[in-house]
Amino acid sequence: MIFRLALASLFARALTVGMTILAIALSVALFLGVEKIRTGAKSSFADTISGTDLIVGARSGAVQLLLYSVFRIGNATNNVTWESYLDIAARPEVDWIVPISLGDSHRQFRVMGTTPAFFEHYKYRQGRSLEVAEGVIMDDLFDTVIGADVAATLGYGVGDPIIVAHGLASFTQHKDQPFRVSGILAKTGTPVDRTVIVSMEAIEAIHVDWQSGAQVPGQSTSPDVIREMGLTPKAVTAALIGVESPLQTFALQRAINEYPEEPLLAILPGVALQELWGIVGIAETALLAVSAMVVVTALIGMMATIFSSLNERRREMAIFRAMGARPFTILSMLVLEAMVMAAVGALLGLVFLYIGLTIAQPVLDASFGLWLPIETPTLRELWVITGVICAGAIVSLLPALRAYRMSVADGMMVRT
Amino acid sequence: MAGPVLDLCDVSYHWPGRAGFALTVPSFHIAKGETVLLLGESGSGKSTLLSLICGTILPDRGTVNIAGRNIAALSGGARDRFRAEHIGVIFQQFNLLPFGSVADNILLPLRFAPARRKRVQDAAANAADLCTALGLPADIMTAKASALSVGQQQRVAVARALIGQPPLIIADEPTSALDANSQAAFLDLLFAQTRTNETSLLMVSHDPRLGARFDRVIQMEEIAQTERTVA
Repeated sequence: MIFRLALASLFARALTVGMTILAIALSVALFLGVEKIRTGAKSSFADTISGTDLIVGARSGAVQLLLYSVFRIGNATNNVTWESYLDIAARPEVDWIVPISLGDSHRQFRVMGTTPAFFEHYKYRQGRSLEVAEGVIMDDLFDTVIGADVAATLGYGVGDPIIVAHGLASFTQHKDQPFRVSGILAKTGTPVDRTVIVSMEAIEAIHVDWQSGAQVPGQSTSPDVIREMGLTPKAVTAALIGVESPLQTFALQRAINEYPEEPLLAILPGVALQELWGIVGIAETALLAVSAMVVVTALIGMMATIFSSLNERRREMAIFRAMGARPFTILSMLVLEAMVMAAVGALLGLVFLYIGLTIAQPVLDASFGLWLPIETPTLRELWVITGVICAGAIVSLLPALRAYRMSVADGMMVRT
Repeated sequence: MAGPVLDLCDVSYHWPGRAGFALTVPSFHIAKGETVLLLGESGSGKSTLLSLICGTILPDRGTVNIAGRNIAALSGGARDRFRAEHIGVIFQQFNLLPFGSVADNILLPLRFAPARRKRVQDAAANAADLCTALGLPADIMTAKASALSVGQQQRVAVARALIGQPPLIIADEPTSALDANSQAAFLDLLFAQTRTNETSLLMVSHDPRLGARFDRVIQMEEIAQTERTVA
């Protein structure tokens, strides 16, 4: 009955109570939303590359190798010779190996030389394969497949010509050997979107007339002549490896790291991604802290509302006291009231979150490649809700204690 | 017959903090079934006396016996419980929780008084009977208290004070918010009910015209001395 009366009392103050609940709901939705984006970004990030067991490159740092081979950030300090690449490829543990050759660019986008096996083995977001949205995967030496962002930013369509620049942010261009867009990949939310993909042979082809990073003056081989040449790569920047059995991963990693002919580095992409997330994840944590403060602010707002309601409810408390309610009963009623408000607010916040997710999910996926799964509330989210209810009870203790003291002092006599 | 329902002996009280106000009641008692009108000007200590009787404040010394029990010796929680069990309270006005239904309001004291609750077999039916006896429409039980007229509210307050037959009813100027006609009707109903149940009634007022209906009329000065020293 007391609970019912407390509810009736809340209903009687529907407007202020409603606003308080709304504030709590919005803050909880914000907090859970940020948390959702945080975990979503983290898993999207961790899902940038999947299905690849090892990444091999010249010896540097694990994060550096990951950055240039997967995220196309920074540069390789050194290449891996073709001989070493073949040695590794011939090892029995290796199920498949995909070479990557970097170093050239088109506008602000990196050009990556690889083999058609890349499209077969590069997986993201728990094993999803790259899909060609338009056109086909390259079948000519001077064909290129471009990522979704490249196509969208530069407005390219299938069949458009592309001239690759030598190096990055460079003014020297491989004008003699223009490429043609043969296919555009669907959006993935990975760095592939910002990559111009050509074949390994094409990388060799455009450098036929080049030596030590500069074009040999006056020398220009026509594409038709180049097509006839044997275009065996001299080196690769990195290679993605899949092993026969996961158990062999570490043995192969050790073998590559101890490769006697050349200093090489093999990394586990998952481990390196975790390491990298440790660096970039700090901003997300700060965002989470800010939204936690918003929840605290909403709860303090509720405390203020309860405080300001105390005076007008003196009469109500006196009636309860006259009927035999103990001051403690008054205190518990106020705490109960606060918990009801916090609980309704938190649950409403959860509802807001799901509505927001439903609306934002396709937009976020399309524009940021950020996939936020809509699923039943996680244990963590339930803990957040429980925490908000408990925090509501705790902040309400201050006004409740004041009500306690007031009801002790007033007794049943209130002169109003 | 048992002793008096209310028996104050050698009670004195002074307000903490508010320097210079003290109340002493050497002796005051009400017998079972007796109706007493206590007259006094505002500031004469009526409210303090009622608070002492209801046990929301404790006397500095003396005994406050209600139904043979010295409530001054009880703990705070026990006094609250005792009040719920033994005293029905009617205020001047704003007696009801506006957000509750009439039934909620009438049954509220039973929530804090298990023994009183046990005396009422069927609480809802009993509340409805009381309402009928007090001249309230039959369908009023589910009405919201805030929708009632002042006169109806006061009668619901009487029903709430009477439910479960507590031995003592304390009424603090219950008629002051009513016009003269309603006052008379209200008192008729109140007296009819206290007589039926042999309930003692202590009503406080500043209006001596009400006195004729009561067994006893007492001036506040006759039973209590107040002291005011300018601090």
